Amino acid sequence: MIRYISWAVGAAFVFVLALALFSSVSGLITDPVAPTATEEFHKHPKELSLASNGFFGTYDQRQLQRGLQVYKEVCANCHSLKHVAFRDLTQLGYSAGQVKKFAADWAVKAVDIDPKSGDKVERPNTPADKFPTVYYPGLGNPPDLSLITKARHEGTAYTYSLLTGYADQPAELLKKFPDAKTPDGLYYNPYFANLNIAMPPPLTQDGQVTYLDGTKSTVDQNAKDVSAFLTWAAEPNLPARHGAGIAVVLFLLVFSALAYGAYQNIWRDIKH
Amino acid sequence: MSFPWAKHYAPQNGFTKWIDERLPLPRLVYGAVGAGYPVPRNLNYFWNFGVLAGAALGIQIITGIVLAMHYAANGGVAFDSVEHIMRDVNAGWFLRYAHANGASMFFIVVYIHIFRGLYYGSYKAPREMIWLLGVTIFLLMMATAFMGYVLPWGQMSFWGAQVITGFFSAIPVVGETIRIWLLGGYAPDDAALNRFFSLHYLLPFVIAGVIIMHIWALHIPGSNNPTGVDVKGEQDTVPFHPYYTAKDGFGLGIFLLIFACLIFFAPNYLGHPDNYVPANPLQTPAHIVPEWYFWPFYAILRAFTVDFILPAKLWGVLAMFGSILLLFFLPWLDSSPVRSSNYRPVYRTFFWVLVADVLILGYCGGSPAEPVYVILSQICAAYYFAHFLIILPIIARTERPRPLPNSITEAVLAGKGGTSPMHTAVSGSPVPAE
Repeated sequence: MIRYISWAVGAAFVFVLALALFSSVSGLITDPVAPTATEEFHKHPKELSLASNGFFGTYDQRQLQRGLQVYKEVCANCHSLKHVAFRDLTQLGYSAGQVKKFAADWAVKAVDIDPKSGDKVERPNTPADKFPTVYYPGLGNPPDLSLITKARHEGTAYTYSLLTGYADQPAELLKKFPDAKTPDGLYYNPYFANLNIAMPPPLTQDGQVTYLDGTKSTVDQNAKDVSAFLTWAAEPNLPARHGAGIAVVLFLLVFSALAYGAYQNIWRDIKH
Repeated sequence: MSFPWAKHYAPQNGFTKWIDERLPLPRLVYGAVGAGYPVPRNLNYFWNFGVLAGAALGIQIITGIVLAMHYAANGGVAFDSVEHIMRDVNAGWFLRYAHANGASMFFIVVYIHIFRGLYYGSYKAPREMIWLLGVTIFLLMMATAFMGYVLPWGQMSFWGAQVITGFFSAIPVVGETIRIWLLGGYAPDDAALNRFFSLHYLLPFVIAGVIIMHIWALHIPGSNNPTGVDVKGEQDTVPFHPYYTAKDGFGLGIFLLIFACLIFFAPNYLGHPDNYVPANPLQTPAHIVPEWYFWPFYAILRAFTVDFILPAKLWGVLAMFGSILLLFFLPWLDSSPVRSSNYRPVYRTFFWVLVADVLILGYCGGSPAEPVYVILSQICAAYYFAHFLIILPIIARTERPRPLPNSITEAVLAGKGGTSPMHTAVSGSPVPAE
């Protein structure tokens, strides 16, 4: 009995799937999918080699400091960093005193409530505060950057590619897809998901940021440094994670070897 | 239960005697996973995966309990509380990455465990109840994993919850009402998040309970083995402890090695970047995809694209649930008395086709719903149902199995016990395993 029911149920599913398959295939033949400008011109992020890559990777503190400077002078005008606290900056090699001063000098003040009057007041940031939220008055919606390198595929390479990827729309694209012209107020960038991004090119010329450590300040260098900084902002525990990982893997290799020896020893007289 | 030659627990000193007379817990453990449980001597490494699944559940429960101490199930703060765990809780990043990747490890181990059962016919008499309880555990795991993925309240959490609870709206007439009742609102929000958290904490303990029954049921007939031949006598078995505890110790080491590589060196490899974007009900992600362990079922859901009597969506939902529920009937669909595929040449070929089929379905389920993937899903979904519901019952009645060895020991002594993958138990010349 059960096999007749199973044949009937199986035949029903197979039949409906065959109908669906027929409809998909005939749809593909009569109405082939036209390629879109995004499919043809979207680019995969460029290769970016940073100190934090690989099993033994850790952060280059001087690069993170430069990246923080780029964030502060360029990105922070529009983008928040709300999951990062000023106190976290000690991981970049700053002393507690430097962090305290950095927080106090931060342009956007912390918002607080006066306990006496109940009025909203502003006060300087302290190391315990998170980076204050930036309210952006213009069009568009600049995303918070605390997790941006984890919130995009190959995020670190993505931010670097995006920052250095602004270009004029290729003539070939306009020839093939006349409707895909970048609208006014948007900017062509082949690394952005739909090719047209609302963010104006933030890094426009070499020397836009003057590095304190003497590193030559080019757009490419700025983009690399801020990508490294944002990678740290998204994953501050990476050095601890890699360090612990090496120790754990070594321990488990020894454990597994000993366990294998014990297994072989116990089974030595039993054919199996 | 168990075999007459099973060793009996003998308390060695006054204290263990005292305990044994009042609460014979050591006796229970001795009989369940100790020297008192005789196990076929020819089990291969695929028999490690039951213990590994238990270990994976244990790791999930321990890391999950600690994570719950720091997590807040409220739409306004859930995402930030997860970031708080990642940044400010001592070793919080380790706990969260272990828990997130632990779910993947649990599923990979359980999938291998299930396919082991399919290959060696472990679902057949007298082990049907073990199989039924196992499929129940699998369903509970899927529910638990789905609700856990919603908790970080990222984009994929929110839209995943939207899609999965949307299944209920496929039910005719009352579907939408049921969906709203289940969610506690028109869209996933605090009410849904809170009940998902509550159930996500509850279900692992239900799973643990069903696992106890799974092991209990296993101890009635004892473990299956690569030849599928019944245990005939004492020479066919070894005590679970120390023989298989030692082997499982080695298996556990390898399991933890792979697990550690994921946690420490590629913690986000199996996740989706969109879940690091806070949930936003007004912005639908470009591609909504579930976690990898649901991809084959997601592909089956999306393969149904035409209305035929029932709406396409309802067909998809029925097929998706049906693809798992049909496993409950497997012991009766496959009526062949031979268990191990090593002696079933025809079934064995179709088994490997099924493995490839499910892998392709998984690949399609993780890809965007473009025509080529939909077409591939439709072919593979059709094979999936045909395999279990049509082909399997026919093979069971028409196939001529190869001669079985008289006993496990005979097969082992002939070098065909099935322990080594290079020596499959086939009469005549050995056939290399696929």
